[in-house]
Amino acid sequence: MRITQGTFSFLPDLSDDQIRAQVQYCLDQGWAINVEYSDDPHPRNTYWEMWNIPMFDVRDAAPIMREIKACREQYPRHYIKVNAYNFNRGRETVALSFLVNRPAEEPGFGLTRQEVQGRTINYVVRSYATDKPEGMRYDGAMPNGSGNGR
Amino acid sequence: MQMDLDSKLDGLRPGPQGLVVDVQAALKECNVLEVLDELDRELVGLKPVKTRIREIADFLLIEGLRKRAGMTAETPTLHMSFTGGPGTGKTTVAMRMATILHRLGYVRQGHLVVASRADLVGQYVGHTAPKTREILKKAAGGVLFIDEAYYLYRPDNERDYGQEAIEMLLQAMENQREDLVVIFAGYKDRMRTFFRSNPGLRSRIAHHIDFPDYTLEELMSIAELMLRQQMYEWDEASRDAFRQYLELRMKQPHFANARSVRNAIDRMRLRQAHRLVSRGGTVSAEDLSRLDASDITQSRVFQGGIDTDDPIDEVERGT
Repeated sequence: MRITQGTFSFLPDLSDDQIRAQVQYCLDQGWAINVEYSDDPHPRNTYWEMWNIPMFDVRDAAPIMREIKACREQYPRHYIKVNAYNFNRGRETVALSFLVNRPAEEPGFGLTRQEVQGRTINYVVRSYATDKPEGMRYDGAMPNGSGNGR
Repeated sequence: MQMDLDSKLDGLRPGPQGLVVDVQAALKECNVLEVLDELDRELVGLKPVKTRIREIADFLLIEGLRKRAGMTAETPTLHMSFTGGPGTGKTTVAMRMATILHRLGYVRQGHLVVASRADLVGQYVGHTAPKTREILKKAAGGVLFIDEAYYLYRPDNERDYGQEAIEMLLQAMENQREDLVVIFAGYKDRMRTFFRSNPGLRSRIAHHIDFPDYTLEELMSIAELMLRQQMYEWDEASRDAFRQYLELRMKQPHFANARSVRNAIDRMRLRQAHRLVSRGGTVSAEDLSRLDASDITQSRVFQGGIDTDDPIDEVERGT
């Protein structure tokens, strides 16, 4: 099941040139950019790992593309996203966030219905990938590809 | 790369014999002549520098055309070194250089990032690499101007982290040539030693430009220019006084050319303000814009003292 999180997620995966153009747009707006990765695709998982520190005062997309490439090399089977932060309202708030890498195979989510008191039912959404411990989640699925069809 | 120039040149392109380009029109199309003329107009003197920059601009234009015609594929090395005394306009020219490179399509953004040793070299092991990397990221797509570059290299301390920064710069200068142009700047003789002890750096620098010190007459026209920009006027007497002041000041240590002129003007403005306030009474618009000879002759230089540009010195001596 294809994860749809962040901007452009209902479009086909962006090519590197498209990513570069989006990043350059963010930089032209004066936004800071950081790269994050995670292998827990749950929609409520807001705390992804940071890839290096956020990049402030950068004017050109080239160094950011290099960081994305380096992150992909190290975590080819993780989700990787680019966040752009806008400071116009006095605090750094996310202005744009989109995925730039995803595992080749995404097993999707299971829905668990838990009967509790009375006739109440609790619903639990759980990613099949998270059955395995962190860092090993998308390993078996892909022999040697690098996610995102690249 | 070449996006800017290419798109501009599209309109000028070919005749029946293939690629035929009117070179002057091409220069005009990229708005490079504007920058060059501005340079001529706004910077006093500096003849050799201006000639060199015109040469470089011409070379880059032709190189761009050659690339279009398929005669060359690689980007020329653009890293430069600017040598010359303090206050001779190195930073200002670097800023213009960034604009020229941008208009000709050799850098994508055309901004200037000024860095010195403190911005590049760390305090402890492992601190230098992230610092240098951050500056390189900021400068990507523009020009990185390293002021007083020789401070990066301290031959007396073999464990100095400067060497690490130099090596990272070298790597970036080689591998990220399309992203970044580096300009090293500093005093001539010290830069010479610096390049001698870092041969790798020297061989990667394509253009050396030397900035001569200004002559007395040039300094006077700089002062006139500055005063006009700040809406001040002076008469013959104050002009003569300022000329005398410069003659004396030029012989003293730490004379920093245009920067010293600017500082001297700032002090003149202070004295003028003090004169007007302590005189009391009414002040006319003419009073506000006029600098008196006495505003200049009060300087310590005339009593054989030294007019340093050091603000701390200033306070201690009580100007």
